Amino acid sequence: MRDTDIQFLTTFLKDKSGLVITPDKTYLLENRLQPVVRTHSLESIDQLADLVRAGAREDLETAVVEAMTTNESFFFRDMTPFDNFRDVVLPYLIKTRAASKRIRLWSAAASTGQEPYSLAMLLKEVGGPISDWTIEILGTDLDTEVLNRARDGIYTQFEVQRGLPIQLLVKYFAQVGDKWQIDPSIRKMVNYRQHNLLNGAGLLGVFDVIFCRNVLIYFDNDTKKQVLDDMGRIMTPDGILFLGGAETVLGVTESFVPMPGVRGTYALKDADTGAICAPAAATG
Amino acid sequence: MKTCLVVDDSKVIRSVARKILEELSFSVREAEDGKQAMDACRTGMPDAILLDWNMPVMSGIDFLRELRKTPGGDSPVVVFCTTETELENIREAMLAGANEYIMKPFDSEILQTKFAHVGLL
Repeated sequence: MRDTDIQFLTTFLKDKSGLVITPDKTYLLENRLQPVVRTHSLESIDQLADLVRAGAREDLETAVVEAMTTNESFFFRDMTPFDNFRDVVLPYLIKTRAASKRIRLWSAAASTGQEPYSLAMLLKEVGGPISDWTIEILGTDLDTEVLNRARDGIYTQFEVQRGLPIQLLVKYFAQVGDKWQIDPSIRKMVNYRQHNLLNGAGLLGVFDVIFCRNVLIYFDNDTKKQVLDDMGRIMTPDGILFLGGAETVLGVTESFVPMPGVRGTYALKDADTGAICAPAAATG
Repeated sequence: MKTCLVVDDSKVIRSVARKILEELSFSVREAEDGKQAMDACRTGMPDAILLDWNMPVMSGIDFLRELRKTPGGDSPVVVFCTTETELENIREAMLAGANEYIMKPFDSEILQTKFAHVGLL
């Protein structure tokens, strides 16, 4: 690849998606853009860069952004956030939303749907106390192609084995040829929508819980701050934010504070974190 | 150190599984079929059993049914690891007392997450 193309594509991706390609990751451009070159019958990445630079091929711009944004995902990824959601956050929400019986969750980098569907299965398993509640799970991603896969809810044998306990596979999936499709009762709990985290979040409504895991690591500090502050504005005052294990708000924004004793979760700076954590203390 | 009995008639699979499990700090024993596995369990129940389905002499599912009837045989955590990938097979295995189920091919990450699900890690 020409140095000028690397430079151009790096800037282009930063502007369009917030993705930061550091010098040690430029090989990713080559790896991930080759399939785009082939799919669009182009001659080389150089030609692809030229066409994107000329600005007349929106389809190629989209293809480049989609190819570069990471889509790796699996069910119940890292497990602990889901345990914390079930054991700490959900009991608090059940207690404080008893009148409205309504909870809104946002999976901000839904990719192929594993995270929102994991939440949906978890809520279904909790059942009883919230079975007559209105629970809305919104899954968004920058990439429309992965969202179509998420809507279909069809996964390979490899994908359903990454993180999904066998009991949940048997209970919530049907075998379709050599693939597995998630049950309509789970699929209908999640709505998907294309959304760019850099474009603000005001139109998505207000959320009790936001999962934004393993996305911020690809952004620079200013972008992280912008995204987090946007999220802070559309959360309920006692809303909870889940970040990935390698991510934090510390040193990025003062809108959020870490929830004491509940790793990876954050509350708005004026929230009563003690009250939110109380059920955890009660259950040990 | 936790112990795991790897039961598979394929030497290659046993050696791949052994390598992964030893990296996870398991002490590994091996058996080539259900009967050998039964003998090994009677000598001493392992903490975990990674179990193939189709094997000569005694199949994995027959071994599991036998194991669960044996005194002390309810204690090992049994994780099937097999090319049998039909939903009916999985149901049958769970009914016979399997705790988890891996569909081959598998990799280190799958084995690790499955072992974590059942509290072995």
